[in-house]
Amino acid sequence: MSKVLEGLLYSESHEWVKVDGNIAIIGVSDFAQSEMGDITYVDMPDIDDEVAKGEDFGALESVKASSELYSPVSGTVVARNDELEDKPELINEDAYTAWIIKVEMSDKAELENLLSPAKYSEIAG
Amino acid sequence: MEEQLKLTCLHEAHVALGAKMSPFAGFDMPIQYSGIIDEHNAVRNEAGVFDVSHMGEIFIKGADAERFVNHIFTNDVRGMEDGRILYGMMCYPDGGVVDDLLVYKEFEDNAYLLVVNASNIDKDYAWMQEQSKGYEVSIDNQSEAFGQLAIQGPKAEDAVVDLLEIEEVRELEFYTFLDAEDDRGGRVIVSRTGYTGEDGFEVYASPDVICDMWQWLMDSGVKPCGLGCRDTLRFEAGLPLYSDELSDKISPVMAGLSMFCKLDKPEFIGRDALAAQKADGVARKLVGIELEDNAIPRATYPVELEDGTVVGVVTTGYHSISLDKSICFALVDSSCSALDTPLWIRIRKRTFAGKVVKKRFYQTKYKK
Repeated sequence: MSKVLEGLLYSESHEWVKVDGNIAIIGVSDFAQSEMGDITYVDMPDIDDEVAKGEDFGALESVKASSELYSPVSGTVVARNDELEDKPELINEDAYTAWIIKVEMSDKAELENLLSPAKYSEIAG
Repeated sequence: MEEQLKLTCLHEAHVALGAKMSPFAGFDMPIQYSGIIDEHNAVRNEAGVFDVSHMGEIFIKGADAERFVNHIFTNDVRGMEDGRILYGMMCYPDGGVVDDLLVYKEFEDNAYLLVVNASNIDKDYAWMQEQSKGYEVSIDNQSEAFGQLAIQGPKAEDAVVDLLEIEEVRELEFYTFLDAEDDRGGRVIVSRTGYTGEDGFEVYASPDVICDMWQWLMDSGVKPCGLGCRDTLRFEAGLPLYSDELSDKISPVMAGLSMFCKLDKPEFIGRDALAAQKADGVARKLVGIELEDNAIPRATYPVELEDGTVVGVVTTGYHSISLDKSICFALVDSSCSALDTPLWIRIRKRTFAGKVVKKRFYQTKYKK
């Protein structure tokens, strides 16, 4: 059983969002990391790149497969977790501390379409 | 209608071990047990065992066996000593590849064992039948009667000697084999061969005996390894996979395997085409590419020049487990195939810089 953390919002494509004012901190869920297996590379956007809700902003790669990352919100990338460049396995170790990017949201109303921990638990068996 | 997946004799054992199973070459096969990286490292550092019972075993015998095998095979079996093994291909007249295979020279006159890829057994058997007109040979597909284990890694020799209690296994040279008998008088073949770049053995026996051997190896702590790490291991060692690096469209000359095509033989199917390719050059060649970044090149990704001109395509790629680098095989225009040629690979929205390197990424450790 994978872990679903309280206090976060989730997307159906298994990203989590932590809201801090106008900033959305984005990572992937414990379910996503366990499905991927050993993560060997994280493809991240650059700072100042625009991301759009539902569109891919990067990817996770395991030995065998790659899996696109979809942005749960729209906005501008203001930070990325460069530690993941050398240590992608941090996501396997704890998917909820290993954030991937921070986005300055252009439309906070988009958060309303995301899933609560309870709702997400239903799809992340 | 979807064709029913075939099962190897070890299918139940894989499921009981909790393997992640997936269809491969018409069989439901184990992709991984503990994880690809863990299994890969076990083979590089200790020993691992693979179920390769899906592979095909075809026996060719008869007065014309040598002449026939040499007719369909690119390597030269003339004068092969008993107990020796050669790698090579069967080609179409145009130089495209029917399959790549091992030929074992049996311990009797005019007899060979051909070990072929699982995905090609039926095609290969039909091809051999078609080509055999006018040759006095029997062609016997015994693929269902044999299971096969590959025991690979620096500790494989000890594991196989303990398993079989045959000390002579230690004396086997690379690409040789010996014959043995199981308790019930059935045939056991042990060859010093493999598909990992490490020292190792392949053992053929009846399905029941293979199941017993597997259980014995599990009990003695040899790590079960799936097809996932079989691919990462063979790839690092620069070994081709049929359909990715060799096919009816990718000839041995394109794949850089001319050394296994003996163009000085009097004849074999595909010889003239391969000789012409060798003399005139080929449009595309298989190369190794090493990227500067850790992004992972995967099959079908385009290979480009700096200006975006597409000059090739990735055939297999990984972030190499043993070398900790992103590397791939790619088929590229021959003008871009020289070592150190700068090339770029398009991975999703961006391109990543790299250069042509030798295909044998990993220093292989075969027993000479």
